[in-house]
Amino acid sequence: MSADALAPVAGPQPDSAGHFGRFGGRFVPEALVAALDELDGAWRTAMTDESFRAEFGALLRDYAGTPSLLYEARRFSAKVGARVLLKREDLNHTGAHKVRNVLGQALLTKRMGKTRVIAETGAGQHGVATATAAALFDLECVVYMGQVDTERQALNVARMRMLGATVIPVTNGSRTLKDAMNEAMRDWVANVDETHYLIGTAAGPHPFPAMVRDFVRGIGDEARQQCLDLTGGLPDAVTACVGGGSNALGIFHAFVGDEAVRLYGFEAGGDGVATGRHAASITGGSAGVLHGTRTFVLQDADGQTLESHSISAGLDYPGVGPEHAWLHDTGRANYLPVTDDEAMAAFELLCRTEGIIPAIESAHALAGTVALAPKLAAELGREPTIVVNLSGRGDKDVHTAGDYFGILDKER
Amino acid sequence: MSRIGVAFDKARADGRALLVGCMPAGFPTVEGSIAAMTAMVEAGVDVIEVEIPYSDPVMDGPVIQRASDIALAGGVRTADTMRIIEAVAATGAPVVTMTYWNPVERYGVDVFARDLASAGGTGLITPDLIPDEADEWLAASDAHGLDRTFLVSPSSTDARLAMTVQHCRGFVYATAVMGVTGARARTSDAAPTLVSRARAVTDLPIGVGLGVGTGAQAGTVAGYADGVIVGSALVRCVLDAPTEADGLAALRTLSAELAEGVRNPTR
Ligand SMILES: Cc1ncc(COP(=O)(O)O)c(C=O)c1O
Repeated sequence: MSADALAPVAGPQPDSAGHFGRFGGRFVPEALVAALDELDGAWRTAMTDESFRAEFGALLRDYAGTPSLLYEARRFSAKVGARVLLKREDLNHTGAHKVRNVLGQALLTKRMGKTRVIAETGAGQHGVATATAAALFDLECVVYMGQVDTERQALNVARMRMLGATVIPVTNGSRTLKDAMNEAMRDWVANVDETHYLIGTAAGPHPFPAMVRDFVRGIGDEARQQCLDLTGGLPDAVTACVGGGSNALGIFHAFVGDEAVRLYGFEAGGDGVATGRHAASITGGSAGVLHGTRTFVLQDADGQTLESHSISAGLDYPGVGPEHAWLHDTGRANYLPVTDDEAMAAFELLCRTEGIIPAIESAHALAGTVALAPKLAAELGREPTIVVNLSGRGDKDVHTAGDYFGILDKER
Repeated sequence: MSRIGVAFDKARADGRALLVGCMPAGFPTVEGSIAAMTAMVEAGVDVIEVEIPYSDPVMDGPVIQRASDIALAGGVRTADTMRIIEAVAATGAPVVTMTYWNPVERYGVDVFARDLASAGGTGLITPDLIPDEADEWLAASDAHGLDRTFLVSPSSTDARLAMTVQHCRGFVYATAVMGVTGARARTSDAAPTLVSRARAVTDLPIGVGLGVGTGAQAGTVAGYADGVIVGSALVRCVLDAPTEADGLAALRTLSAELAEGVRNPTR
């Protein structure tokens, strides 16, 4: 299955300039246009190149460990009132769906003859994945990370350094993910000849949103077939958490054409959208331009980006990929916020019922599913089948979760 | 012809380049930025480029980032920028505005163009808006008689260069280096080539920016370009000064040095 991860796409595509309806496109300095065009060309060529597809497929299988399992979570299902099938991206190498994107872009980097990759990271997951691929492909690797994040994610900083990457703490602006992304863009403008900017989600200027989606869409292709094999039919709903949007698009894409399958993206509601302390760009933001694309953005009345808040570092971003903005506009997918507390309750429920510690990001998808199940059951008049993208594992979150639940032994 | 065009023509007739000096609106305060820009004009800067502070300025280096952060922390609003433009335009110097795209889109593109024109602004420099995405701005700038300055870069292909200058009005901004704003020890080798490539496809005046910080560098750039654009070095005068008066004095000194530079082109 994974050997076909780049088979021609049946689902919706942006126009040739990367517009998804009124969203997407390129809002970048002219200096970057040549590099984006080069990347666009390399990606389009790769998509139809048998040798690229074979190489990518082999890496996904032999290195990343995909196809990931579709696991029927029976004890969790019983608590939730739905037949819940977990797409186990947490079992991939490096612990999340992100490895798929990173391997695809690292292969492209080699093809373009570039020798250096740069990345932005919030919690450090994408940074670790990029450092991993850079080690595997013998590329120089520089990761930009907000200083606030380098301090609260010290272990991931060490992990990246073990893998040979240089981690640069970003000390300007709000010192978080959005500022790390700004700094990576500045590096890219200055070093674009030998450098590829390996963006970690389905956001940024064209071709990143469509390209990243294509590299992670194996999640949905696999899950759709696995669900057919396991249940004899398609699910009633597919759910995922939405930060920048890569894991959600990865699992949605294969189902977009299946009209009966409802698609749900769960955004980080933080303390609650009404409090203003959240990261729900679609539910609580408005259309604007950020980091090279037109999409939903958390912004003030003057278009200044607002700081986002979430217990989940991977969802703590004030924008979202433009394809989600478009799926929201067209009504094909539904986007709802999940608060920190709701996510942590679902986190605990999965730990206790299934012996699986999810990433806090993925716990947002679980919490959304818990809320969705009874509504869907009432609407359908039967137990619904729901495929949940378990985008990552919770090892990285043990400290945050331990703190949240108050179960860390006090430091002496 | 636009007011900027007239200013460029006059400088060309005098055998010199035009000096464009950039300052973020509201830095260090609204009144302070008006005082700074006025001092620049008095000391010989021909055209003032007012930058609208933005939370995520990806084309700017550390100096302008810091100045923008200070302006935003002080609470400057887009509406204040209009007031600043009006005050500086009253000095008689043409005022061009540089802005990232989201603040304009949020204000409303046509309303922004209308207010900018009535404040006396000549047009916009748009560092993250390329003509490919600019339909709304093309229409609004036509409707309100504003200039459009898009950027060209050493990495622009011939086809993009031709397309981009075709959409410009007033002047073209050539980014001298592959990089962000910030004064550099050496001016760029790529810039003269870029300017001559642009000249092959347009009669519009060409301003060169990114990296110019001294009178000597201004003279070098004046040797091949129609305009010399200076930002970070001027901003730093205010940023590094212990008091506002010291900042203004440093600004006057550097402005005068740069004005001397553009009058002594090195060829
Ligand atoms: C496990 C996991 N899930 C989800 C995300 C959110 O990103 P995206 O919305 O691009 O899938 C992250 C980001 O770090 C992550 O680590």
